[in-house]
Amino acid sequence: MSAILLVDFGSTYTKLTAVDTLIGDVIGTSSHVSTVRTDIAIGYEAALQSLQASFEKPVSFDQIIACSSAAGGLKMAAVGLVEELTAEAAKRACLGAGAKVDLVFSHHLSNQEIELIREKAIDILLLAGGTDGGNAECVLFNAEKLGAAGIKIPIIYAGNKSAMDDVKEIFTRHDCDGYFAENVMPKVNVLNVKSAREMIRDIFLKKIIEAKGIKKIESEIDRVMLPTPEAVLQAAELLSKGYLDEPGLGDLVLVDIGGATTDMYSLSFAAKRSDVILRGLEEPYAKRTVEGDLGMRYSALGIIKPFSREELMAFNQVNQLDLEAEASFRANHVEYIPDSVEAERVDLLLARLCATRAMARHVGKIEEVFTPMGTFYHQTGKDLSDVTHCIGSGGVIIRSKDPRSILEHLSAKHQSPTDLAPRNPEYLLDQTYILSAMGLLSQQEPLLALKIMKKRLISV
Amino acid sequence: MKSIVIGVIGADVHAVGNKIIEYTLENAGYNVVNIGVLSSQEDFINAAIEANARIILVSSLYGHGEIDCRGMRDKCIEAGIGDIKLYVGGNIVVGKQDFEEVCQRFLAMGFDRVYPPGTTIDKALSDIKQDMGD
Repeated sequence: MSAILLVDFGSTYTKLTAVDTLIGDVIGTSSHVSTVRTDIAIGYEAALQSLQASFEKPVSFDQIIACSSAAGGLKMAAVGLVEELTAEAAKRACLGAGAKVDLVFSHHLSNQEIELIREKAIDILLLAGGTDGGNAECVLFNAEKLGAAGIKIPIIYAGNKSAMDDVKEIFTRHDCDGYFAENVMPKVNVLNVKSAREMIRDIFLKKIIEAKGIKKIESEIDRVMLPTPEAVLQAAELLSKGYLDEPGLGDLVLVDIGGATTDMYSLSFAAKRSDVILRGLEEPYAKRTVEGDLGMRYSALGIIKPFSREELMAFNQVNQLDLEAEASFRANHVEYIPDSVEAERVDLLLARLCATRAMARHVGKIEEVFTPMGTFYHQTGKDLSDVTHCIGSGGVIIRSKDPRSILEHLSAKHQSPTDLAPRNPEYLLDQTYILSAMGLLSQQEPLLALKIMKKRLISV
Repeated sequence: MKSIVIGVIGADVHAVGNKIIEYTLENAGYNVVNIGVLSSQEDFINAAIEANARIILVSSLYGHGEIDCRGMRDKCIEAGIGDIKLYVGGNIVVGKQDFEEVCQRFLAMGFDRVYPPGTTIDKALSDIKQDMGD
């Protein structure tokens, strides 16, 4: 047999997935609480032991590869010029690379913003601004500001190429840890994130995992290859597009409702209709958004925040519960797993709210414009109405007795009529938590990863 | 290369002249940022900031240009590009009005160059070259 071990170093759990390439399937999984604060190897060894114990005889792995979101994941700041243009493009580049974007700044950086970059312990900063040949003044100001402030974290410059030489000079003069990628927005409304994404991944692997104490595990495994969210994005892209003769599922949406965030991934081209006029920054085929205020535990209070006092009172009265107390209990007990039917009901409700809102923020919108020439349609964002599959991942969905009811909240039925949400999708469940592992496997064996996903994602 | 932002403002979908303008200005050697039809003032201004444009050329063919263009200079000032040259042309007001009056109204709104109906882009090109310092 030929076995590959795929490891996901998460912030809470270290998850192992063993794949036999000859059988062409997953042969075992295990997990253990992550031990990144002490020694990441302890949790890994424990998980490995319980995995080996599940086999008849110990398996020797030909290859062990890992992805990581441990120690807070990859924390990034995106800096651009205009909020809706280069700042948004920079943010999308970070999200596409699997980062958590804690800060987004536009125009000239202020002293307070520089302070925030320090306070939030940002890992990498992406500096953009200006189209190629366009505004250079702002990026030069910001580069100088970052340099003079003594910001020593890696800074990737991905702005106006005409300013690149001057930015390089500023970085050298201030002894900054500078890197250079292609402009994230070379022309107005044109998005170009590939080069910046690759640069982010490189720095993550070379520097960040070392700084977070994850690198030392590489003496026991072959290597850490990706940030976990990027592994998931790659798995979803493979599942959507297919590989060689093996067809993919077509356009799809993936939601991962976690304790701290809700991640949405969509794999589809932005426009489906010829009668709409597209507005705004170009949309990527593989798009990831992260909602930091929507999560089942750490961010539970964020879920109920948009409700007014009166709405909460009315809701509580009808349902005989105190939603605010339930949410704050979950925020204070992040390891809590529902122990009663009522508690499960509350989790289900919160998860539905996460799914509804994360989709509303991710999905594109259509707007009617009445003109003297007749009615026209404006579209901003991605048209997901023809998406064929909605996939659910994350503890609350996987453990739920009614995962479909959570996933249904992604559909047009539960979204505003002007949102271009999936109209009639099929629902799939990542029941065995294999998506990040398959993203890793796809780096070596894309066909196998695709076949396993098609087999293991179950219909609900 | 020097940049010019062009587009059709408001709820106006006249796309043909817009393409002709793009073609002519590109041939004249400018970097043309065409934001297309149904564009808001903010779309013009954001594009001008990122592209470091010296001129915004607003087209309006459907008669409501006067409403659509109001306050544009003030927004440019707020956005830090107060000294940008603003051009407007097309059928910019309702009905047949005395163009001299129309021109004065747009100049008072902060536009630098105002063109009457039927002006071809070639005529504006010499003004563009002058304002660009070519």
